[in-house]
Amino acid sequence: MAEAAAALADDVRGATVSIARRLLRDRKVTIAGGFILFLVILAIFSPLIAPMDPLMQDLSNAELPPVGFTDAAPGFWLGTDDLGRDILSRLIYGARIALTVAFVAATLAATLGTVLGLIAGWYGRWVDAVVSRLVDVWMAFPAVLLSILLVAILGSGLYSVIAAIVVIDWTRFCRVVRAETMAQARMDYVTAARAIGFRRGAILAKEILPNVMPVLVALLTLEMGIAVIVEAILSFVGLSVSSDTPTWGGMIAQGRQIAHEAWWVLAAPLAMLCATVIAFNQLGDGLTRALDPVLRR
Amino acid sequence: MALSAVLNRTVMAVATLLGVAIIVFVLIRVVPGDPIAMMIGPGASASDVIALRAHYGLDGSVSSQFLVWFKSALVGDFGISITMRRDVLTILGEHLPATIELAGLALLVAILIGGTVAVVGTLTRGRRSGAIVDAVNGIFLALPDFIWALIFVLLLGVAVPLLPLTGRIDPSVQIEFGTRFFLAESLLTGRFKVASDILAHMAMPTMALALPLAAVIGRVLKQALTEAMVQDYVLLARIKGMSELRLILGEALRNAVGPTLALTGVQATFLIGGTVVVERIFAYPGIGNLAIDAVINRDFPLIQGLVLLFGLIFILINVLVDLAVVALNPRLRYG
Repeated sequence: MAEAAAALADDVRGATVSIARRLLRDRKVTIAGGFILFLVILAIFSPLIAPMDPLMQDLSNAELPPVGFTDAAPGFWLGTDDLGRDILSRLIYGARIALTVAFVAATLAATLGTVLGLIAGWYGRWVDAVVSRLVDVWMAFPAVLLSILLVAILGSGLYSVIAAIVVIDWTRFCRVVRAETMAQARMDYVTAARAIGFRRGAILAKEILPNVMPVLVALLTLEMGIAVIVEAILSFVGLSVSSDTPTWGGMIAQGRQIAHEAWWVLAAPLAMLCATVIAFNQLGDGLTRALDPVLRR
Repeated sequence: MALSAVLNRTVMAVATLLGVAIIVFVLIRVVPGDPIAMMIGPGASASDVIALRAHYGLDGSVSSQFLVWFKSALVGDFGISITMRRDVLTILGEHLPATIELAGLALLVAILIGGTVAVVGTLTRGRRSGAIVDAVNGIFLALPDFIWALIFVLLLGVAVPLLPLTGRIDPSVQIEFGTRFFLAESLLTGRFKVASDILAHMAMPTMALALPLAAVIGRVLKQALTEAMVQDYVLLARIKGMSELRLILGEALRNAVGPTLALTGVQATFLIGGTVVVERIFAYPGIGNLAIDAVINRDFPLIQGLVLLFGLIFILINVLVDLAVVALNPRLRYG
């Protein structure tokens, strides 16, 4: 028995190592992961990295173009906005809100969706019927409109944005986890766990959840990209954090207003948003590819 | 999914819509933020406030307010917009055609682009060029309409200012329209100059909405086509000497459209959701742009009407997709 357990532990370790190897060999994953790591560093150390105060207004330096264009001023690498604030510094500080929303909102949505999905998939019958119906109702409504409505109801601010994303996007996790749990529940190892006398909660938490995990991790990464977009949209509409806090969406809204006079005010945060969304997406896809063979084995 | 199932789903959807209407009705009323306080000047007396509340049906308990609203809504009276001080149904009727034309055009463009991508992808499958098509499609899948809209603003509105950035029609165009379907009407009455102006205004929002949907259609249809290409009937046609392109268009496509429609039909509803933010970016006067203003201004009657309208559109699209899937697959017609 002890030998078997040791062999199993070795297998698990071997599988983990081989997943890690496969991920590191995937160039898309290393680039995407590297970029997100870079963003995390920017967000954590923004006061040290940002060349200027992101809130400092200086109307004599308003709408300066990025370095390399005529009329550019040294020190303002990506130029300034219509209030003379340094775009690069605002971009760096903006990573804070973007990543906070990405990690917190996606994790909470995943937690809520997973718990409900596990319960629905495991208990079936009326529990499943209730949860599934709820998911259908939820998904029948345009997400953007629903999030704007929710934030308008909750009042704007970071917590409302996170709450809105969680309330709307838990369905993505719930649907997948429910289906996966149903499939896993029919497997022999679950029957074995039951035969040994494991309690239902223990089987769910210790047997089924780890097997649902690979799908969940990939989905979570994709959701982080979605959360960044939703935050940007809400900032754009003017419903996210107050305008004192630099956000990419807020910068985009400002840049859209003056796109004709100062295109860089729009281009810089848009490029950042694009890169971040693509990075989360490629990472999610890479994780799906790397984890899939393990699932099938 | 037989016809009875379609009917069943529709009934469920209508029940859902009613539920959503009730939830929204209660939620917007229990939270702080009084529309009457926002519209009235500081000099108003208490009796003025009470009179205004009564005028907009905002007195009484939430449940009695809902009953009043529901009874009127059943006979087509959705109340008066608080910010615009006009009939909600009239306002919706003025803005809906703009969104229908935008979403319809975007759907058409998405099908054309997505179909082309799928056919090209199927022709080049297994080759290096095929891998490039897939990779590009992957990028298009990742980026949502919001980002595309802004990219177009920068590229075609600012860098190379080919297209107008805002609105639906040039303000200098002085033409009386009989309907609110400006594009359809000008095309049908042969005023092609006006139509081309409208199309220029619609080009960027249309592309922004169409590209993400086109990427989905491209991927799902290519998958279905690739599967169909190894079927016996395709093999038979190949033996008869048909060209690869004719095989795809003449044989495989017919069998691949059904599953693609079922899988992407739901995506078409995202198109309607996408109009909300895209219309905002291009200041396009549709119901999406209207919805954002209504929410920000806490215009209860207008929000309520819009929620119901969006819900109805969703149900309609789902029913149409269901019916089309049944129509395209004879095996589903009886069952």
